[in-house]
Amino acid sequence: MKKILSAVLAVAMLCTCVLMFTACGGNNSSAASSDTETKELHMATNAAFEPYEYKEGGEVVGIDADIAGAICKKLGYKLVIDDMDFDAIITAVTSGKADFGMAGMTITDERKQSVDFTDPYTNAVQVIIVNEKDSPVASADDLKGKSIGVQMGTTGDIYVTDIEDAKVERFNKGADAVLALTQGKVDAVVIDNQPAKAFVAQNPGTKILDDPFENEEYAICLKKGSELTEQFNKALKELKDDGTIDTIIKKYISE
Amino acid sequence: MDFFESIAQSFIKTFITDDRWLQLLSGLGVTVLITLVAAAIGIVLGFLIAMVRSTYDMQLQGRKCTKPSDYILKVLNFICNFYITIIRGTPVVIQLMIMYFIVFASSRDGIIAAFISFGMNSAAYVAEIVRSGIMSIDKGQFEASRSIGFDYKNTMIYIIIPQAFKNILPALGNEFIVLVKETSVAGYVALQDLTYVGNMIRSRTYEAFFPLITVALIYLIIVLILSFLLKKLERRLRNSDH
Repeated sequence: MKKILSAVLAVAMLCTCVLMFTACGGNNSSAASSDTETKELHMATNAAFEPYEYKEGGEVVGIDADIAGAICKKLGYKLVIDDMDFDAIITAVTSGKADFGMAGMTITDERKQSVDFTDPYTNAVQVIIVNEKDSPVASADDLKGKSIGVQMGTTGDIYVTDIEDAKVERFNKGADAVLALTQGKVDAVVIDNQPAKAFVAQNPGTKILDDPFENEEYAICLKKGSELTEQFNKALKELKDDGTIDTIIKKYISE
Repeated sequence: MDFFESIAQSFIKTFITDDRWLQLLSGLGVTVLITLVAAAIGIVLGFLIAMVRSTYDMQLQGRKCTKPSDYILKVLNFICNFYITIIRGTPVVIQLMIMYFIVFASSRDGIIAAFISFGMNSAAYVAEIVRSGIMSIDKGQFEASRSIGFDYKNTMIYIIIPQAFKNILPALGNEFIVLVKETSVAGYVALQDLTYVGNMIRSRTYEAFFPLITVALIYLIIVLILSFLLKKLERRLRNSDH
């Protein structure tokens, strides 16, 4: 009995060791062996941001995924999409775990200190979602002193943090913030316009306030000094000029 | 940029900018508060459950119910068993979200949900630890105590529990150490605990090193203090062995 047990233990330990080594080695080899076949480009994103990126049957789809696919096709790379928390994307890019980040990401000065941005590929607005009935918030000025739900690390989070006396409740997912709103745990949710529309459509009793909270531009982020930035900009310009980007956006947003 | 300069800069970004060290401190406060309240709930509830379970084990197991109180005990034991199965069988973060989004759906304050779900979670583990302690005491102790006239309740209080407590102290300490670290999922319901503050700083500075290492060190220090206190208590209790 003892012998069997120790044999099982030994095998288990061996397996863990092998797994650990291959896991470490795997990361390196994906970067090193890439010159043999088509090179892979890893895109870091947070697939909880309809319609820019969301999951459909296990696959990440959306505007960003399509644009990234078009860019990679143009540059001759194979696109691999890694789904993670939004606040982990920039760290993934700076640490080289991902080659670029694309997640409806707004260009901000703070982010520019850590990563390089391409030219913006689309405009977006931050909006305020409130409950239709008896909402204490009717405009952006009313947010003072209220409790506001946001997704951690998003620009909505950053803007709202500056509001006087506001109690900011940061959730890992935008959907959880909206759920908290419908339960009256927060007074309002500040989030990007397009996902906001998707949330409101799924949660009757909520609405988007008419006046936008903030205007902003989305871009792709890359590691500082990356050679890819220039190639990406060139590809983006070509895609903009031939109308590909407009077609992709229209495919997901019908207005 | 110079290597040291860049380290100094990320250090400043992580701790000094926007008084982030104060945020870390308040996060530590929230973590400690949740742990203490949850531990208190865990001990009280856990002891109660352990009493029911061990009384059933000692008095009724394998025997037929004869008095009405036997039936009550049987039902209570079933409820406790069910409770332990559910709590131990599901992840604490799911329990926390159920508390926050379903049970306390109308409450604004997430911290109550955290107190109760971490407390209830800990109670299930404490209950089994306490029961193991009670069952580990030799039956002779019980019989001797009953034969000199102690009733069941007094036997428990004066004879069994004091001995059992000494045996289970290391396991209980273990449970509380686990509890401290389990509270790190409180951020799921927007509670600003230590891990949450670390993540928030990370989401602002886009630096992984200092926020993560700092948070890890603070947890380590809490656990070191806790283990020190437990060791001290253990030594005190052992004095009566001679």
